[in-house]
Amino acid sequence: MCVPPIIAVQRLSKTYASGFKALNDINLEIRQGEIFALLGPNGAGKTTLISIICGIVNPGEGTVLADGHDVVRDYRAARSKIGLVPQELTTDAFETVWNTVSFSRGLFGRSANPAYIEKVLKDLSLWNKKDSKLMTLSGGMKRRVMIAKALSHEPQILFLDEPTAGVDVELRRDMWAMVRALRDTGVTIILTTHYIDEAEEMADRIGVINKGELILVEEKAELMNKLGRRQLTLQLQSPLESVPASLSGYALELSADGSQLVYTFDAQGEHTGIDVLLRRLAEAGIDFKDLRTSQSSLEDIFVNLVRERA
Amino acid sequence: MNIYAIRAIYLFEMARTWRTLLQSIVSPVISTSLYFVVFGAAIGSHMNGIDGVSYGAFIVPGLIMLSLLTQSISNASFGIYFPKFVGTIYEILSAPVSPLEIVAGYVGAAASKSIILGLIILATARLFVSFQIEHPLWMLAFLLLTALTFSLFGFIIGIWADNFEKLQLVPLLIVTPLTFLGGSFYSIHMLPPFWQKVTLVNPVVYLISGFRWSFYGVADVSVGVSVGMTLVFLASCLAAVWWIFRSGYRLKA
Repeated sequence: MCVPPIIAVQRLSKTYASGFKALNDINLEIRQGEIFALLGPNGAGKTTLISIICGIVNPGEGTVLADGHDVVRDYRAARSKIGLVPQELTTDAFETVWNTVSFSRGLFGRSANPAYIEKVLKDLSLWNKKDSKLMTLSGGMKRRVMIAKALSHEPQILFLDEPTAGVDVELRRDMWAMVRALRDTGVTIILTTHYIDEAEEMADRIGVINKGELILVEEKAELMNKLGRRQLTLQLQSPLESVPASLSGYALELSADGSQLVYTFDAQGEHTGIDVLLRRLAEAGIDFKDLRTSQSSLEDIFVNLVRERA
Repeated sequence: MNIYAIRAIYLFEMARTWRTLLQSIVSPVISTSLYFVVFGAAIGSHMNGIDGVSYGAFIVPGLIMLSLLTQSISNASFGIYFPKFVGTIYEILSAPVSPLEIVAGYVGAAASKSIILGLIILATARLFVSFQIEHPLWMLAFLLLTALTFSLFGFIIGIWADNFEKLQLVPLLIVTPLTFLGGSFYSIHMLPPFWQKVTLVNPVVYLISGFRWSFYGVADVSVGVSVGMTLVFLASCLAAVWWIFRSGYRLKA
């Protein structure tokens, strides 16, 4: 049975009053329960896309459905499913943690539930700060409060716009663990990030947006297989001056000092050609003392994709 | 109807009042008391009554109205401007809340604060001068209607303002002068005939006149006209707020 997408964006475009076209004919489906990472350089349209889905920015053309509800016509049902953690640390400085999280729950139409708020605050290690005013908290703690606010009304969909921007490594790891735990409870998570390793670490699927266009949506593993290059690096016993003519049929590169031979091959291909290459090297009398294979990172793929479209 | 949201916004705004009690309640009460001391007791004791009412008592409705107007505008404009300024407005815009519910929360809280303040000033005035309220229900109705209307007006100013200077501009340069020239301290019948006509352009004249009538049964203009003009202003503010949410003016890109 085909499960309907939790978020369905169809032919969405947005042009601001200034004339800047932020989104151009975006089509995107987010699956229930997945972690979807939206990557893109600054100004690519990530925040505009999220803002339209959440109701902060008016859509131009196209439609957006959240759990089957149109975000414009049926905004109450749509928005009640969604929690948003914006990029900026915007908080009511003079409010206490408890009050601001409780306020968010009420705002989203949920009756008071102190037990649930307590659970959220404990899960986010905020319980001992519940009576503290927000202005007394560190940046990382404020970020947690914003997540608590977004979770206060028990949303099915959580948008995290640059969730770990400006937080330290330890907190970042905590956040990742928390996001995974949320996903395990059935919450669909859509995150935008500048940190490619974050997407690589966490996402099930990845979308790349550039200049308002969604240029790619792919399973992370598939994406890395499809677009990632694999390389075999051989550390030679004796430096070479050039690649021997008998090996000219292989995609080989010799390092500047002649001590390394790098072979690039298709990761998806049935035959990588490594076995034959190693035999040819032996026949040519080229010995090596070490060898290793590597795969290009998501960052390499992302940079290549964006550069190609530039 | 998202009652929980209205309640959340309302209580959030009211909580700000209790947090800033000196600024919200004590300060306006002290400044109004000073008016009573200076104009009511000191100067007023040497003046003849107006329309059979002692001067000290005559200025009570005007002074309450002065505080009511300025505080309604100030509370409502700040209430919606501040989330815009610090960025927390994102939460209001992304919540399953209708424009009517947003307005009910913010304007309801601003009007409540103003009415509480108005009643406190009324009680304070009793310490300085003796007065009666001939039509208490009408007095409360004028209090409510004015607080509501000018809180809506303040809400519009808060949406329109994109800096703190603009937030103060309309209350200081337009509303306060109109209130002073609207008969807070005098009957417009004391003005030369030409200025009596000119002053009728001032909407505050109708509010103060109607409010004073509820106290002493005397008015500069008929009560029906006062109520009608207040309702016209209320309807204009409602129309402006409706347009703001429909167009997303200064709220949504």
